[in-house]
Amino acid sequence: MDLQTLTYIVVGATFALYIGIAIWARAGSTQEFYVAGGGVSPLANGMATAADWMSAASFISMAGLISFMGYDGSVYLMGWTGGYVLLALCLAPYLRKFGKFTVPDFIGDRYYSQTARTVAVICAILISFTYVAGQMRGVGVVFSRFLEVDITTGVIIGMAVVFFYAVLGGMKGITYTQVAQYCVLIFAYMVPAIFISIMITGHVLPQTGLGATLLDGSGMHLLERLDGLSAELGFAAYTEGTKSTADVFAITAALMVGTAGLPHVIVRFFTVPRVKDARISAGWALIFIMILYTTAPAIGAFARYNMIDTINGPDAQGTLVTEAPTWIKNWEKTGLIKHEDKNGDGRMFYSGDERNEMTIDRDIMVLANPEIAQLPDWVIALVAAGGIAAALSTAAGLLLVISTSISHDLLKRNLMPKITDKQELLAARLAAAVAIIVAGYLGINPPGFVAEVVAFAFGLAAASFFPAIILGIFYKKMNKEGAIAGMLAGIIFTVGYILYFKGIFITPLAENKPENWLFGISPEGIGTVGMVVNFVVAFAVSKVTKEVPQEVQDIVEQIRYPKGAGEAQAH
Amino acid sequence: MAFQTNELAKAYWRENISLMLKLLAVWFAVSFAAGILFVDQLNMVQFFGFKLGFWFAQQGSIYTFVLLIFIYVVKMNALDRKYDVHED
Repeated sequence: MDLQTLTYIVVGATFALYIGIAIWARAGSTQEFYVAGGGVSPLANGMATAADWMSAASFISMAGLISFMGYDGSVYLMGWTGGYVLLALCLAPYLRKFGKFTVPDFIGDRYYSQTARTVAVICAILISFTYVAGQMRGVGVVFSRFLEVDITTGVIIGMAVVFFYAVLGGMKGITYTQVAQYCVLIFAYMVPAIFISIMITGHVLPQTGLGATLLDGSGMHLLERLDGLSAELGFAAYTEGTKSTADVFAITAALMVGTAGLPHVIVRFFTVPRVKDARISAGWALIFIMILYTTAPAIGAFARYNMIDTINGPDAQGTLVTEAPTWIKNWEKTGLIKHEDKNGDGRMFYSGDERNEMTIDRDIMVLANPEIAQLPDWVIALVAAGGIAAALSTAAGLLLVISTSISHDLLKRNLMPKITDKQELLAARLAAAVAIIVAGYLGINPPGFVAEVVAFAFGLAAASFFPAIILGIFYKKMNKEGAIAGMLAGIIFTVGYILYFKGIFITPLAENKPENWLFGISPEGIGTVGMVVNFVVAFAVSKVTKEVPQEVQDIVEQIRYPKGAGEAQAH
Repeated sequence: MAFQTNELAKAYWRENISLMLKLLAVWFAVSFAAGILFVDQLNMVQFFGFKLGFWFAQQGSIYTFVLLIFIYVVKMNALDRKYDVHED
């Protein structure tokens, strides 16, 4: 059977599974639609959270980024896992005890203000849309490479599948589909990684293979060899990187805090029955995430070693184009690998200086891995299914946040408080449907700044939600004036800084380079400063404005103790 | 409120905060300190074929994060029982 048929069968089988689950787990009430009836087991919730969290970027792009960035890639590894410690210790249990459906719910009630709620709703929708566009794009890329349909068709197929289970099942359908998607994606990620680790180092675990000696007879450690190759070829040392310490610190912090402030992650902790379960599900989620995140740096290093070895050849003189392996030819067709024979010797050469003749897209590392390692076709088909699972699971979680924000936070709690549960459910479904169409449109016609807006999403979450929620739980005296002023200051500062250097919609006002940055911090890391601005402004304003009403202080008192969490409450 | 007295409620919250801050100190130490601020110094040390600072940044910090959450869960459950605010 040829690869394409096999890929169709594997991807088709996973789609059938997702749809089957969606029919079994359809939602009958708003409570089921928003928080899966609040009855998901912590283990299942952990797995669903992991799938929700690990997007097309984690699955497809991250190992490739690390492969090219070396030590600097650590910002993603620490940043996208460390946030779960903050979630588990500082947010999840208390938000679960608070027992509402959404993040704007918490902000609006805790700060007794519709303005605060509205600011939160706008942030939640903005963050989620920027994110979801990237996911639909990821689906399109995988479809176009492995199923040879064009990106538009790929995106439409992806939309149809998400439409089916998100609109029908709401959070309940999404949760159980995500459990299945986690299994698909982690299997697809680990199988090639283990094969390659065995081939290069003889270690079954990629995590230990990363530190092991090479099997090529040189007796050198893999990382030592990569540092040596980097020096020979004019790259920065693999284990050292080039970013400044301040920038690495700020980016890591922004990603961590941003993770803890992302509404589609937070809402997952509303789906479990008890406060205790909220704590432990963060633990389960991080274990499931850890499996992929500790493997990614190994894949990155293996891929880098393999790639340099294949292109430059064992004698480091370059491989003859006529003898290039098939994976290079396959990916050259997609335009993601390019070779320009500058010195006309008929050989390929890859380096970090003027000798370089190759242009290699970072995103192909994970997708090309099974071909580089000459693994059987079923592994390649599996990787395609895994990439789609990663993109779909995240897209669904985000779409739910958008639909909930509109039907619950905007309609029910703000504009039309009189609608019945049934009408609200219908509104939620309609909102989800519209959101999918908009997301699909953005996936087909990606705005030129998709990569930039991801930094945006994290920066926004770090500078807006995180401080407002933390203060709401741990500082009883924080009042609505302080919280709103803090959120606005944080957002305006962060958005302003990113626009200043990245110039989305406008031309950048200054060149995006370290000499121009504030404290040497890049736009990717500025959310950290935005968070500090938020905290400072919130404190200052709260000192000079009216005190918090007693009944709100009592609510804060209540959420600090687990007893009597009850179900997630409608109002 | 589930507590007998206000003092008990305060004591519970104090213990909770103190546990949280201790664990967050470790969280900061393995990621920001070991993986970023002192990475060059730690890289002088070899650790199973890794430079130690690099290992913390790309492997060790993540394992520690998982451990921290599970320690927190166990300790908090014990604390809930001690003050009789645990759920059924």
